[in-house]
Amino acid sequence: MESLDTKPARKPAEYRSDVTQIWCPGCGDYHVLMSFTRAFAALGLPPEEIVVVSGIGCSSRIPAYTNCYGFHGVHGRSLALAAGLKVTRPELTVVVASGDGDGYSIGGNHFLHACRRNIDMTYVVMDNRVYGMTKGQPSPTTEPDFDTALSPGGTGLRPFHPLVIALASGANFVARAFSGAPNETADILVEAIRHPGFSFVEILSPCVTFRPDEKEWKNLVHPAPVAPTSDPAKAARRIMTDDGFNIGILYRGDREPYQPAIGPARIDVSELEKDFEL
Amino acid sequence: MSNANAPKISSVTDLYAVAYGIEAAAVERYELLAAQMEAHNNPDLVVIFLDLARAEGIHRDEIARLAEEADVDVLAHAPRVGKWPKGESAEEVDAGAAHYLMTPWHALELALGGEERALDFFSSVAASAKDPKVKKLAEDFMEEEAEHVNLVHRLMRRYPAPAEAWGHDLDGPVAQD
Repeated sequence: MESLDTKPARKPAEYRSDVTQIWCPGCGDYHVLMSFTRAFAALGLPPEEIVVVSGIGCSSRIPAYTNCYGFHGVHGRSLALAAGLKVTRPELTVVVASGDGDGYSIGGNHFLHACRRNIDMTYVVMDNRVYGMTKGQPSPTTEPDFDTALSPGGTGLRPFHPLVIALASGANFVARAFSGAPNETADILVEAIRHPGFSFVEILSPCVTFRPDEKEWKNLVHPAPVAPTSDPAKAARRIMTDDGFNIGILYRGDREPYQPAIGPARIDVSELEKDFEL
Repeated sequence: MSNANAPKISSVTDLYAVAYGIEAAAVERYELLAAQMEAHNNPDLVVIFLDLARAEGIHRDEIARLAEEADVDVLAHAPRVGKWPKGESAEEVDAGAAHYLMTPWHALELALGGEERALDFFSSVAASAKDPKVKKLAEDFMEEEAEHVNLVHRLMRRYPAPAEAWGHDLDGPVAQD
């Protein structure tokens, strides 16, 4: 396997667009973008053969900041868009960018079924445990005692456990990364993209504006002390009992990806366009 | 950041490649921070970060020139020298420490940290080098970084440390209610 230690055929800058990146200074998503471009460069993929699909939220701004094809879709529906794209254009590398609100709440249902279908694509969720773009509401991964104007005293609700849910639903690759370690995150993304089937990477990405306490994450994260396993039961036990800051590849399955046979197009695109003429 | 996890230097070629990489990454990071500050309307910091990027760029280009004279292709060799811990090289300042209300003092404090880490790195290379050519080159880079540390200290004297409430925004982001 190639790693970032070998000379990349391309440079990360080739995958960055000229669009000004707008996130709060200090936001972890800047680093995630760096990891995306470093991973693409390490893989040596031509930008026009990559599609970055997103939904809505701070994390979903990423497609515009890359030089690849992109689709900034509707809230929570990025996986549905990406699935349609991948089954019809299997030769493309499809990477989906989402956040904990977009991916686990509005798009929670799609998350389960994307794992179950095991289509060959990579799903990256930048988890900051808050709705940042809409100003600080609790998300499915927010701690129960996170006190805000909208949730006085906290929601009291048990947080969603995305990695276990991904595993139980059939994801073929499960990993956790930290935005503040962009090279390590790029390495994980390289492996996730290469691994056949549905790869799920949760990236802990601090929201410095509404969750300044998350700046502490850089002192809490640590490499997973065990090698990845292909045994889902073992992986589930590890993930359920870890401290939530284990970084690394936690599960690598061997399920066959779902790829339906695609017949010839029954209708020409120009005919479709007629239906949408104004 | 521990130098125990820094790229291993066993030749002049390694050292040129790593030194070039340190400066190039610093330029990129300062330019990113300048762009962030521009987007968040903190013009004083745009100037400071662009100045820092320019200064690192001069150093980067000088290393490239020296490497070329020594017949070293720094870009081709860089990936063979290993990676920095957490993906951050010595002078890549912590982008996570940025804040839209940060002051020039904060920017220089970040820069000082980067210069000190670089000095520390080159010092440890010079101290452990067995090859006299590597030792000499590392000492040259050390001198350069020591000058930078002094320069940042001098610049910091121009800007007083901010008051404790520097990050207080009278119209700051608030959770919606």
